[in-house]
Amino acid sequence: MSPAALLTRLLHLIPVLLGVTVVVFLMMAATPGDPAEVMLAGQQATPAQVAALRHDMGLDRPPLERFGLFVGHAVRGQFGQSLFHRRPVAQVIAERLPATIELSLAALVFALVVAIPLGVLAAVKRGGWLDRAATFGTLLGVSLPGFWFGILLLIGFAVQWRLLPVSGEIDYDAQPPGVTGFLLVDSVLAGRLDSLLNTLAHLALPAITLGLPMAAILMRVTRSSMLDVLRQDYITFAEAKGLSRGRVLLVHALKNALLPTVTVAALETGALLGGNMVVETVFGWPGLGRLVVESIFVRNYPLVQAAVLLYAVTFVLLNFCADLLYTILNPRVRM
Amino acid sequence: MSGIAVLGRIRLSYLVVAVFVAMAVLAPIIAPHDPADSDLFRRLQPPFWMAGGEAGFPLGCDALGRDILSRIIFGTRISILVGVVVVSAATVIGVLAGLAAGYLRGWVDVVVSWMTDVLLGFPYLIFAIGLMAMMGPGLLNMVFALAYKEWVVPCRVVRGETLAARETEYVEAARALGASRRFIMLREVLPNILAPVLAVATIRVAQVIILEASLSFLGLGVQPPTASWGSMIADGRGYILDAWWVSTFPGVAILLLVLAINLAGQVRRRDDHG
Repeated sequence: MSPAALLTRLLHLIPVLLGVTVVVFLMMAATPGDPAEVMLAGQQATPAQVAALRHDMGLDRPPLERFGLFVGHAVRGQFGQSLFHRRPVAQVIAERLPATIELSLAALVFALVVAIPLGVLAAVKRGGWLDRAATFGTLLGVSLPGFWFGILLLIGFAVQWRLLPVSGEIDYDAQPPGVTGFLLVDSVLAGRLDSLLNTLAHLALPAITLGLPMAAILMRVTRSSMLDVLRQDYITFAEAKGLSRGRVLLVHALKNALLPTVTVAALETGALLGGNMVVETVFGWPGLGRLVVESIFVRNYPLVQAAVLLYAVTFVLLNFCADLLYTILNPRVRM
Repeated sequence: MSGIAVLGRIRLSYLVVAVFVAMAVLAPIIAPHDPADSDLFRRLQPPFWMAGGEAGFPLGCDALGRDILSRIIFGTRISILVGVVVVSAATVIGVLAGLAAGYLRGWVDVVVSWMTDVLLGFPYLIFAIGLMAMMGPGLLNMVFALAYKEWVVPCRVVRGETLAARETEYVEAARALGASRRFIMLREVLPNILAPVLAVATIRVAQVIILEASLSFLGLGVQPPTASWGSMIADGRGYILDAWWVSTFPGVAILLLVLAINLAGQVRRRDDHG
């Protein structure tokens, strides 16, 4: 891709990001009544304390000035104080982010590991029982409410068979020394196998729950693109040359068939962001999603606003990267 | 898949949807108990086939001793109501905006496309949660929170179809005859692009039902004591150790309805591309 084309695409991002910021800013306007009063409701706050909070949140300024301040602060990662935690919002969010990133990546790995082999097998054995099962599995995967599926997994694996832990990220006594905040990385850095296994055991059920809808979609995409590729002349040619079936499938077909899978995986990683609020709530996962849900009920508006903006900006950038990846990987689009 | 099998599946999925619609309409007549009636002597009573269960409460009771079957039957109303109202409202708004953007082009298209791009920049659930966090929980707020973003889907479809339709001969003919822009959009273009819009709307009802259940599960949707499937699952979450049925059965209801709607919308495409 030429630098000019990349620059054009980057410039297209600006109005979208600006719009996203406007929407998040306007969300505060949906509050019934004065946000400062609502936040302090039930806490016997004096009018002076309400006025002080209004001032801190900038609610006593004209809307346009408030928006300017909001954007300025957002760019610098300043979202005010979290009254509930008595610390800056950005700090509270930063503490919870590693857990959410770890869970999302684990869900992505699960989805890819399940979807690609099944998608290939379904395409190769087209019309067979495996293909039908995979097609139905796809439909089931997108029809399952994630939070309910998570509870079913909990009932089976944690309660009935006691194979995996019920909730949390790690057992207290297995906690490795905190370096990066990512428990898997910290466990490896500390050389603690017990911590690593403990984290993986805690990660398994939430990652499967979060990754299942994505696996269903990726399996469908892999199957479909594999079927397309298998019809191509170069596959017939490779088979005519006498190459083994396995080599034709893995080296010649799969390499090309994975292009849409990779692109859709990048797009769907953004969609994982929405799911992790619910999944983190089900499994008591101490990530950003659960923090947002908890914050809603204590009317911690600045934190909710900051987190929604962070999610949205990440989502926009992930979609941009997926688009870019598709262009880079696909010579026909690149031309 | 053979034609007979496809037809069979379509009929089965329509039948399941029809059963749920009938449940929603006839809830007060067919529900064995009042969904809000609480009997603490029946707290966490198991389904009828388990020891301690009874036929009068076939799917058991929740932690407040309320009949789970009756609550599922009444919960159907919320799911279907939210699904249909959100998608209908969004379709009307999306169709009008998409028609205007695709046919009029110019600044209208720029503004509508910008709005859709911006709203697509939010993961759906996060947008709804963010908005409901500010507006407060409740049925009406949930409908608004979902509809604010949902209209983007039909709008995108209609805009694309209208862009293609405005270059066709029948539209050119109408223009040559002096028809007004409104007449062309609503009487010429719209009837010809309605099929894909309705197909998308069917699938979207299923997605909105899952979103409604997710919001209710988080405590942002319909408020107690009104029964909704998502909040019933949330209620049972604290009792999975000794009363698995409280969370399980409402989930089965969601799965069946969503699966049936998705199947009805998808199974017709007998494509080899999955």
